[in-house]
Amino acid sequence: MSVRHALLALLSEGPKYGLQLRQEFEAQTGEVWPLNVGQVYTTLQRLERDGLVESDEPAEDGPQKGFRITSDGEGELAGWLRTPPDLSSPPRDELVMKVLIAVRVPGIDVHEVVQTHRRYLVELMQEWTRLKEYAGDRDLGFALVVDAELFRLDSVVRWLDAADGRIKRAASDSATGVAAGLPKLPRKVGVRR
Amino acid sequence: MSALELRGVSKVYDEGPSEVDALRDVSLSVSAGELVAVMGPSGSGKSTLLTIAGSLEQPTSGEVLVGGVALSGMSRNDRARLRRRSIGYVFQDFNLLAGLTAAENVSLPLELDGTPAKAARAAGITALEELGLGDRASRYPDELSGGERQRVAIARAVVGDRHLLLADEPSGALDSANGEAVLRLIRAACQRGVAGVVVTHDAQLASWADRVVFLRDGRIADQTRPPLGPESLLAPSRTQ
Repeated sequence: MSVRHALLALLSEGPKYGLQLRQEFEAQTGEVWPLNVGQVYTTLQRLERDGLVESDEPAEDGPQKGFRITSDGEGELAGWLRTPPDLSSPPRDELVMKVLIAVRVPGIDVHEVVQTHRRYLVELMQEWTRLKEYAGDRDLGFALVVDAELFRLDSVVRWLDAADGRIKRAASDSATGVAAGLPKLPRKVGVRR
Repeated sequence: MSALELRGVSKVYDEGPSEVDALRDVSLSVSAGELVAVMGPSGSGKSTLLTIAGSLEQPTSGEVLVGGVALSGMSRNDRARLRRRSIGYVFQDFNLLAGLTAAENVSLPLELDGTPAKAARAAGITALEELGLGDRASRYPDELSGGERQRVAIARAVVGDRHLLLADEPSGALDSANGEAVLRLIRAACQRGVAGVVVTHDAQLASWADRVVFLRDGRIADQTRPPLGPESLLAPSRTQ
């Protein structure tokens, strides 16, 4: 998430002061993403330079400078919310590589390797589920983050289950002369645009 | 003493000319208040483990003890009584009787066990209320949503003085919110002292358990270690 768009989102609720923006940003990210005041003001200056926010000059001995979002800022925020993050190229996944390599290393029980990773993932999921259980439904943002993590880990467990089954079938086909040897490591995976 | 103990349990099915080893030398102990999930691919023996633990099937060899009592030493009638009184079952397809209301479905096991109808009905309604279904007590299964039907099935499984709750893919075809609700209810029952065993292929549901046991080819291949506690996730770095 960009600080720039997070600040625009906070200003979309109404005009705010710099310090207030910092406090609300930290509250919304569960205080796991601390921001210093300098970062907030530097980002606000850039947003103002780009015409996405406007500021009120503070009174002579008044409080801090107040900021409000412009219509261009609202357009920028709406566009950002609808722009999908780039998921088109597969990440270099260490676990996938380990399983691909385990299949080829003589003397390695690939099912045992898969199970080691599966157990670790399920243990992590148990910990996230405990967090969800303790937190209840009080904090919507936290529940959404925990769900995202559980679904992500779950998808990896499902891939391991599918890989386990595929490797088992390949070994059994190989024993009966159906298969055509070891899997080839992919040299390059195409990027869909 | 374990609420449920399997000692070296094996199960062989005769499939015509060949034999299928559904379970091979499985030993598992579940304490009162503990929720254990059993995961494994299709054909790994998950459901067989559950039916043998619940005395719905006999093992080919090995011993099953419920509340410290060996099932092999019990008469047929005693085993049937144990199933009615001490063991609750939750199945994927709910298995509710269509001609009975929610309250009648829940109180049925108590009535079959000789509890007077009035007392059984009161216990059934209490169990439904505890699961947030007090206002559905007089509805028939086809008047309830899938999630509500499964909650009725859970109420039926925990009504009375049950010590052991056995669930086979209890979230079945339910969506993720209802599936999670089912596991929260099963976990709550365990926190009241019931020993629970849930068979599932779904890691998100299994992660509600205190311990996850992985079956492969009829054997226990692995199990999770005791949890570290949620605070471990907040540590600066984790190593495998």
